[in-house]
Amino acid sequence: MAKVMMKGNEAMALAAIKGGCKAFFGYPITPQSELPEYLAKHMHKHGGVFLQAESEIAAINMVYGASGAGARVMTSSSSPGIALKQEGITYMAGAQLPAVIINVMRGGPGLGGIQPSQADYKQVTRGGGNGDYYVIAFAPEDLQETVNIIKEAFDVADQYRNPVMIAVDGLIGQMMEPVDLDIEVPKRELAEKTWATIGTYGKRPPVNINSLFLDPQGLENHSWNLAKKYNTIKEKEQRYEMVNMKDAELVIVAYGTMSRIVRSALEELNKEGIKVGLLRPITIWPFPEKAFKEIPESVKGILTCELSTGQMIDDVKIANNGKLPVGFFGRTGGMVPEPEEIIKAVKDMLGGLK
Amino acid sequence: MSKVVFEKTKGLTNKEFSYCPGCTHGIIHRLVAEVLEELDILDRTIGISPVGCSVTNYEFFNCDMQQAAHGRAPAVATGIKRVRPDNIVFSYQGDGDLASIGTAEIVHAAHRSENITVIFINNGIYGMTGGQMAPTTLVGQKTTTSPYGRDEKHCGKPIKISELLSAVPGATFIERVSVHNPAHVRKAKKAIKKAFEVQIAGKGFSLVEFISTCPVNWGMKPQDALNWAEENMIAYYPLGNFRTPEEDDK
Amino acid sequence: MMTEKIICAGFGGQGVMLMGQLLAYAANDNNLNTLWYPSYGPETRGGTANCSVTISEAKVNSPVISQADSVFIMNSPSLDKFESKVKPGGRILINSSLAEKKVERDDINAYYIPVNDIAYKLGNPRVANMIMIGAYIQLTQLFEKEEILKILRKSFGEEKAHLIPINDEAIEAGKKYIQENYK
Repeated sequence: MAKVMMKGNEAMALAAIKGGCKAFFGYPITPQSELPEYLAKHMHKHGGVFLQAESEIAAINMVYGASGAGARVMTSSSSPGIALKQEGITYMAGAQLPAVIINVMRGGPGLGGIQPSQADYKQVTRGGGNGDYYVIAFAPEDLQETVNIIKEAFDVADQYRNPVMIAVDGLIGQMMEPVDLDIEVPKRELAEKTWATIGTYGKRPPVNINSLFLDPQGLENHSWNLAKKYNTIKEKEQRYEMVNMKDAELVIVAYGTMSRIVRSALEELNKEGIKVGLLRPITIWPFPEKAFKEIPESVKGILTCELSTGQMIDDVKIANNGKLPVGFFGRTGGMVPEPEEIIKAVKDMLGGLK
Repeated sequence: MSKVVFEKTKGLTNKEFSYCPGCTHGIIHRLVAEVLEELDILDRTIGISPVGCSVTNYEFFNCDMQQAAHGRAPAVATGIKRVRPDNIVFSYQGDGDLASIGTAEIVHAAHRSENITVIFINNGIYGMTGGQMAPTTLVGQKTTTSPYGRDEKHCGKPIKISELLSAVPGATFIERVSVHNPAHVRKAKKAIKKAFEVQIAGKGFSLVEFISTCPVNWGMKPQDALNWAEENMIAYYPLGNFRTPEEDDK
Repeated sequence: MMTEKIICAGFGGQGVMLMGQLLAYAANDNNLNTLWYPSYGPETRGGTANCSVTISEAKVNSPVISQADSVFIMNSPSLDKFESKVKPGGRILINSSLAEKKVERDDINAYYIPVNDIAYKLGNPRVANMIMIGAYIQLTQLFEKEEILKILRKSFGEEKAHLIPINDEAIEAGKKYIQENYK
């Protein structure tokens, strides 16, 4: 099918429908409101449910209920709204319920701003709520990658019975790009949802969706079972892209909109004969630690570039494990850098390394 | 040959109740379970457990259950009902859960007239956490966080949920009942039945509020607690029907 | 490889976002890569609005434009804000009905087009943005008028089909203004 021009938020909404999403519960917040608006208009035509909740907290708990009842379900919000949803997200992780959560990130802390940001990195990659858990988090860089991942995300969530978050910044939500909604994405083998509360109808004993374990040994067992699942995800689901690595002197680690700006910077640097590679995490949890083993010997340092004051850099340092010097360039609060700023940061770092 | 005069409802599991002596949760669980059985809806019912003393009531109700975050049961119920409209969905919530932390969720579930049934237990206190003041604690009543008695100048008068929700246009059926004596237990069961019938008929939001007791945290013997509920709670929280669909039909 | 970076700026309500979108749609129809990005939030409600469009034969990377090939200026404040964004040798198209100043730089090509006055003469002040588009496609030869009209027809639908002729006239008027004044 030909590519259509769509706004990011609307393309994400349509991708959810194409991914088999049957219910959406959300609450308006800039810069993601076009997403629920699109679903309000179109969801019913695909046999799905759209409901605007009274709050983000109510919305995520509706997601909990619908997911517990076996439906493919999604919510979307932006940073402070995601903070409110953390209650429901940790309950879902505890009760092992799948869902797709879209986070169109804006600046913080507090009410912050409404312009693009990646300052939710820790909120997204550290679980976000109470307890030993993680959400699987994708951080695509353009609309085509975003819609492909959303379509696949429902399968990923179902496979692992765990919430999946798509973390994009406000720019990806607001921009328009040509996008093909009908590209086939990998399908996964999924077990029947025998755990879902859909009524016994006299065919089986009652089931219960639950994150409560009053017996500490029971909770420990449950937590280790979850940890085992998270280790499987770390092993199987790390996703990343290596760009321009051959003979690179420096590697930039960047994701989302930042990685696109870095790509423009790399083109200019290449013209000047400065060889810089890009390590682009596509999953930010699990963090692509495997990619760091592929960094060539020619590399003398790593520059982490983020739309924050420095959050992913902690994961970069863990993955790098003291091997190479790690530098940082960031803009935050909704400020998005021009490629020239990256070029300068690269030259500054290379100057310091020589 | 012996004749069966009383049989335990199929709506309850064989698990022994974990509630304190004299607590009315047991009676109310049985009434709800009997109604689910009598209306022949047990096998298509999905219940929602709250946070509070009845947090583990998924072990007692013999139907599919979901355990919800504190106060969010009406939102969870909404999520279930919207994707499974043919199932019967009820939430079971205490006064800390429903009348304090979950006020937004209950008001908006009523406001949308979600086709669900809410069983609301009002005993004027936080039982599970050890007897703290609830929004429903009576003026002058002593709790661990109102050690000198609830002072209305300090924390207001107790909230009347049935009256409050009756003012919400979407609320279809609202009734306040008590289980302090057998006559009232029978009346209470009728109200529960009516509430579920409203849901079966697709008429929207129904809620039954129960005046309940907490002998342990009130520091009373079970019978004294029932007497105290009758004399003090019902005086402030009048029993009766606040909304019925028939009224709206007129 | 051809790459064209465009910034459109003006008041909210002048159709600034639509100008950028039309060019992005036209680019997609021509199988070119493109990216449109708006300013968003309260500033766009009655205040200044701007959007950027990148059109390229290559994959579009940075959504942020530091140096634009072409800048549309629909009002006076936008001139102050965006004159510096034009790359040396680039072009700036100014709505001289509302922005009375001239550009300060001498390393860019400035085109002064009284689009509001022309639109008023055409009988519909709302087509000022389409006159600007006409001027742009005349200068760049990037798209044909018919390609722009095709997108408008699709977007207007039956309901607003009667507005196609006036938009057609507006694009034509913009093209003509450039032909007559900037040979």
